[in-house]
Amino acid sequence: MTTATAPIRRAGSRRAYRADRVATAVLWALGAFVMLLLTAIILHFVIASIGVVSPSFLFSDPSRTSLGGIGPLLWNSIYMLVLTMLISIPVGLLAGIYMAEYSRDGFVTATIRFAEEAISSVPSIVVGLFGLIAFVDLTHWGFTALGGALALTMFNLPLMARLTEQALRAVPPDERAASLALGATRWQTIRHVVVPLGVPGIVTGFILTAGRIFGEAAALIYTAGLATPSHYDFFNLNITDPRSPWSPFRPAATLSVYIWNTNGEGLGAFVTQVLNGSAAILIAMVLIFNVGARVLGRQLTRRLTAA
Amino acid sequence: MRAQLDLPRRVVFVAAASMVAVVALLLGFILWRGLQLFVADGIPVSIILNPTWSPADEPVSFGILPFILGTVGVTVVGLLISTPLAIGLAIFLSEIAPPWARRLVQPALEVFVGIPSVVWGLMGLTVLVPFLRQQFSWVGFTVGFSWLAGSLVLSMMVLPTITTITYDALRAIPLEQRTASLALGTTRWQTIRHILLPSARAGILTALVLGMTRAAGEALAVQMVIGNRPTIPSALTQPVTTLTSQIALDMGDTVSGTPWNDALWTMAAVLLLISMSSVVLIRLLNRRRATP
Repeated sequence: MTTATAPIRRAGSRRAYRADRVATAVLWALGAFVMLLLTAIILHFVIASIGVVSPSFLFSDPSRTSLGGIGPLLWNSIYMLVLTMLISIPVGLLAGIYMAEYSRDGFVTATIRFAEEAISSVPSIVVGLFGLIAFVDLTHWGFTALGGALALTMFNLPLMARLTEQALRAVPPDERAASLALGATRWQTIRHVVVPLGVPGIVTGFILTAGRIFGEAAALIYTAGLATPSHYDFFNLNITDPRSPWSPFRPAATLSVYIWNTNGEGLGAFVTQVLNGSAAILIAMVLIFNVGARVLGRQLTRRLTAA
Repeated sequence: MRAQLDLPRRVVFVAAASMVAVVALLLGFILWRGLQLFVADGIPVSIILNPTWSPADEPVSFGILPFILGTVGVTVVGLLISTPLAIGLAIFLSEIAPPWARRLVQPALEVFVGIPSVVWGLMGLTVLVPFLRQQFSWVGFTVGFSWLAGSLVLSMMVLPTITTITYDALRAIPLEQRTASLALGTTRWQTIRHILLPSARAGILTALVLGMTRAAGEALAVQMVIGNRPTIPSALTQPVTTLTSQIALDMGDTVSGTPWNDALWTMAAVLLLISMSSVVLIRLLNRRRATP
């Protein structure tokens, strides 16, 4: 571009040239501003969590009189994430396969695509309210981890279907043709050729959606409940017992829900520390999911292309 | 062979069609509950435009207007702050940033998108609100919880959304348009202003509509900083409230079937209608472009 600068300078008026320099400076400043802002946010929580976040903070029970821990809340966040993924990965994957491999232009596909966009745009609190009707009241379950996971699945599903579809559409058509030419059926081709080639893209996308689920709160407050658990007995493996941390049929307030729910209760000294520590954990998880998705995606691509 | 049932096809179709079922059920349930305020409680539809929200004290009134105006106000101011930043950032990334800067800012934006709503709310509550109260009480921020605090938090939350979509729209413009313009002797900024931004208009409008939808539907972060006062918004420095905030606060404390509770469902239905109209609007904006 440097070679092009000289003629531009001559052709443009002086004012246009100055405007260009000012605009360039402003746009650079914007880029720097966003980087600074993100660094400041992360630093804020890193500093606020010094002396708070420790192994005992992560694993011990909450306390009203001392700093205590977030063990049960963190457990619920992870439990809900796993439960949601168990439900939404198979359905999202299959829906994506349909959209990429089977769908034909027409009314049916257009309707599905409209539904996909529509759910993505529904506010998560409204999804939570739907969950309140469908998975709390109609089923008579009350607030349960399963109800929360189903609500999370609802707005995760279209995203996963879209990510799968994109990953599969990126697979070159030659791969399909070669497999079909060998006499494989359409489904064999999808199962053994197309989907494996799409795996890096799918895995990267799914991990990023996991980060979103981990931080979600609005869809959960009226489906998985608000009550902060005080203690879990992990040796209680009876999953039909609502007191067991392994049971899907029990209220399960997550870390994010806890941060929101505590804000109304007046902030004591310990509470602010615990909240900042919890937020630091949430941000750390977002970073881990982001980096993890990138690294894993790159490695899967390398392994698949080398094989 | 041909007559055989294609089982895998059936299965993947059911998975995809389940999304249509979900949308249909969601629309049906929420709109049905949202109508109960008018049907079961016999309150006239005009209550939507009534400015008085007094659900507990006599005379009882379920005016929803303060919430609608609050949502509109917080969203619009949030977008006014966010839009220039986001579009500028998208231009920077697409037209100006050298590769090393792009490699730095793009992952940063991805982390930005991932920051949970409650973390934004907590930042607002523990940093922004005290800051406004301590430094700007002389302009009128008596409590710190305010319309502006809500808009600022929202502007940060929708920044990556608007930036990414605008960036994609700019990248979709063929390189020839830039080189042709530059060859005529224009500066880079003239090319951006007069060639690239007009070409990316549909994409930028889509970005704004999506940002608006996200902002209007955002619940918890806004609720934490906005002060939740159900009055018609009058000043940026004063507490206001939004549809989502009131739902998040009151849904658990009200008894199902009471007019108060039904009014909350009506607010949810209003939110749902807002988001559905934005889907249609985006479709209209992109009608001329080929569907993916």
